[in-house]
Amino acid sequence: MSELIKITYREALKAGIREALLNDDRVFLMGEDVGRYGGAFAVSKGLLKEFGEDRIMDVPLSEAGFVGAGIGASLAGVKPIVEVMTVNFALLPMDQIANNAATLLHMSGGQLNVPVVIRMSAGIGKQLAAQHSHSWEPLFAHIPGLIVVSVGTHEDARGMLHSALNSPDPVIIFEYTSMLNMEAEIPTDSGSTDISRAKVRREGKDISIITYGIGVYKALEAAKRLSEKGIDAEVIDLRVLRPLDEACFLKSVSKTHRALLVEEAWSTINVSSEVSARIMEKAFYELDAPVKRLGGIEVPIPYPLHLENASVPQVEDIENAVIKILRP
Amino acid sequence: METKDQLSAGKAEKLLYQLLLMRKFEEKSAELYTKEKIRGFLHLYIGEEAVATGVIQALKPEDNVLGTYREHAHALARDVDAGAIMAEMYGKQEGCSRGRGGSMHIFDKEKNFFGGSAIVGGHLPLATGMALASKKLKKDNISVCFFGEGAAAEGIFHEALNLASLWKVPVLFVCENNLYAMGTALRFSHAMQEIEKKGQAYGIESKAVDGMDLLKVMTAADKAVEQVRSSGEPYLLVCNTYRFRAHSMFDAELYREKSEVEEWKKRDPIPRFRKYLLKQNLISEVQLQEMEERLKAEIQKAVDFAEAGTWEAKEELTRFVYSEKPAS
Repeated sequence: MSELIKITYREALKAGIREALLNDDRVFLMGEDVGRYGGAFAVSKGLLKEFGEDRIMDVPLSEAGFVGAGIGASLAGVKPIVEVMTVNFALLPMDQIANNAATLLHMSGGQLNVPVVIRMSAGIGKQLAAQHSHSWEPLFAHIPGLIVVSVGTHEDARGMLHSALNSPDPVIIFEYTSMLNMEAEIPTDSGSTDISRAKVRREGKDISIITYGIGVYKALEAAKRLSEKGIDAEVIDLRVLRPLDEACFLKSVSKTHRALLVEEAWSTINVSSEVSARIMEKAFYELDAPVKRLGGIEVPIPYPLHLENASVPQVEDIENAVIKILRP
Repeated sequence: METKDQLSAGKAEKLLYQLLLMRKFEEKSAELYTKEKIRGFLHLYIGEEAVATGVIQALKPEDNVLGTYREHAHALARDVDAGAIMAEMYGKQEGCSRGRGGSMHIFDKEKNFFGGSAIVGGHLPLATGMALASKKLKKDNISVCFFGEGAAAEGIFHEALNLASLWKVPVLFVCENNLYAMGTALRFSHAMQEIEKKGQAYGIESKAVDGMDLLKVMTAADKAVEQVRSSGEPYLLVCNTYRFRAHSMFDAELYREKSEVEEWKKRDPIPRFRKYLLKQNLISEVQLQEMEERLKAEIQKAVDFAEAGTWEAKEELTRFVYSEKPAS
């Protein structure tokens, strides 16, 4: 049996990047302040010293330019890990991502692969107000040609990058700022993440809580509290938001017959909307209760802590929603 | 003229053939558009042929070429098969992009021809990134990126040039200044209209040349390519030219006077080059006649190939959204 190590989410991310750089000379990290500053969130701290400035490239504030350059570099035989400091700046390179990364393979009739990896931190929880608190996973998950993954656990924080770099197609990785200091125990040999599959994080028989990102630990905490009340919830980490692993959640719903969908993104046209639609289309007759979504309140995220917290689902909200579904 | 001494009769004939092939291929395309064989957008390069010809003749096969949505001529200059281009415009699966791209998205990876980009300026950072890959992999190929003066008003132009200069990567930016961004004249879109100065602002060696004169373009391009290859640094070559035809097939040309077009037609690069070759005894009337026959045959062959092409089965619609993984 493998040993467990205690690690923060930040350290796990860094370990993933470091392993990737050690494994393949063609891999390099480029992004704003990833080198001399040590990374805006200290994820890449120390890597410049270890790998040098050809492998850890600081770039100017030109998100469209350097993301586009990362895409171009990936067309020409190297393996860039492009860091967009936060998702909040990701609309600037959105043209590059949507019109180049996502289209080139198809538009060229299968000739051009775009094996670029683009990481960005996301989520709310640091009182950063409206312009720095976006949950735009659904915008990216809307686009065919992209693989969109979400890092909801420490294990994936370390293991996801390796799989992303092995993908022949562009991968967008969402990491979560508010989780950086969280500690957890993971096996020393946890290995790489299968980025084609969702993962059952907790097995249960009464209801399926389907979520991703920050929602994963919140749902697990809610499930723990619910178990004390005699409710056995299953928690599914979608992990890959495009293409969705629907087999995983359809199987779960077919077992539990109830579903609560949890995410921080605004509810209208979010990932849960799609999951809900697929359950209706493919598992409707398995349901004993209507599918319930618990998403972000539709408001630019405000600064004060109590209002920020009220903008996205909290553990108690998940707990209460489950109780309402099971004991109406 | 400067290049006279270097121009062998063989090369002179090849260049004239190429110019005429571009012209006649596009005249045929316009005809086929009115017959609704070619649909969508069709942007003709007629009048600007000296630019693509003059620049691409200076390249090696391993150099990367990136073009705009007005790129048929560049593909021909890159020796992409005329039949494969025509079939692409027909939307047939024998097209160089399997018919997935059409006129605006000509790709041929074997010829290192990377499109065919239809978001103005969107491919500039790709070229910078491909050049970055060449530098990292210690290859001696360069990347050449064609774009119009309209693109120089986009933010991405400035980001891509700054990055290329900052990183010192081997990319040749070729601005095809045809004076109109769709229907908006240069003077209405650029406060400072000498585009070459915009390159100088980023510390990039930049030069403007008469783009209606093949010999001048060749001389300038030979020097620029040599410099990019030997220094490993970017260069901006502005070719001042003119499009004789409308922007696309939907353009009534309300924004310019017919007399202006007629004035520019007097500077048509093709008769000019042909006259020069005759005068220098680099070609004979007999050869010209024989060339006409060859051109007619090549274009007919291309049209026949496109006509005989087949439609991709609807069942294949979603192929190439993601890479097809080899059977495991």
